[in-house]
Amino acid sequence: MVQFPHARLDASFSALSDATRRGVLEQLGHADASITDLAEKFHMTLTGMKKHVGVLEQAGLVATEKVGRVRTCKLGPRRLEQETAWIEGYRQLWASRFDELDNVVDELKQKEKIDGRKKRE
Amino acid sequence: MDARRESEPNPVKNHTTAERKSERELVVTRTFNAPARIVFEAWTKPELLLRWWAPKSFGVSFVSCEADVRVGGTYRFVFAHPASEQPMAFFGRYIEVSPPSRLVWTNDEAGDGGAVTTVTFDEKGGKTLLVMRDLYPSKEALDDAIASGSTNGGETFEQLDELLVALGASVGRS
Repeated sequence: MVQFPHARLDASFSALSDATRRGVLEQLGHADASITDLAEKFHMTLTGMKKHVGVLEQAGLVATEKVGRVRTCKLGPRRLEQETAWIEGYRQLWASRFDELDNVVDELKQKEKIDGRKKRE
Repeated sequence: MDARRESEPNPVKNHTTAERKSERELVVTRTFNAPARIVFEAWTKPELLLRWWAPKSFGVSFVSCEADVRVGGTYRFVFAHPASEQPMAFFGRYIEVSPPSRLVWTNDEAGDGGAVTTVTFDEKGGKTLLVMRDLYPSKEALDDAIASGSTNGGETFEQLDELLVALGASVGRS
């Protein structure tokens, strides 16, 4: 098994455990938004929304960028999750190759044994 | 071994591990139940490479397989995949060939961002521990390879995206 970054996955799951935060992700899936927009949409204080966005940002699910006085939020790169998935795909590719290679290796081993026997005869 | 036995799935497969060991390096390991000289041979003869490098379970097949395994020699593997109209070519040059313990080659299809692959074959008690390291020129080169989904296609990302969407949808409804 590939080593999953547990802390990162835990952060993702706990970030997704809250209805508001899931709503924010859905919203950002449609379009980028400022924290003010999000606070209004979810009937929250600015401070409350900042907290939620902070949790999502920590988990890599959201990325924010401050331009002037406005902090814009968008879906995050989820870099580590992507990387974990990619490495697992890479592992599977090589595991498949090596399983086929086992057959070739077994055959070579067998051939060597037979050749060895012939030489002794 | 007869032909029938060979086509049957081996009940116990040795485990393959894969890990990003550092910012620039990917490492894959696997043990083979054979001496190093035999495993090494299977990596260095094109007619043998042809039989395992394009696993059937991945739906890829060889169009051609050329490998001149000696220092300075080149290789060129061309694959076909049903999802891709154009065949995919992987090519490079062998920079170290030390039977039966070490093999090093370049991966030139990605231009300057390509990794150098080192495979070591370490024999102990009749078994061989194989360690394959892909060393990229920079952290960015490895990040890019991962982001572009090269080597194993972008399929895995789509699956992950689907999972996240499904996860979001199911918790959203509860």
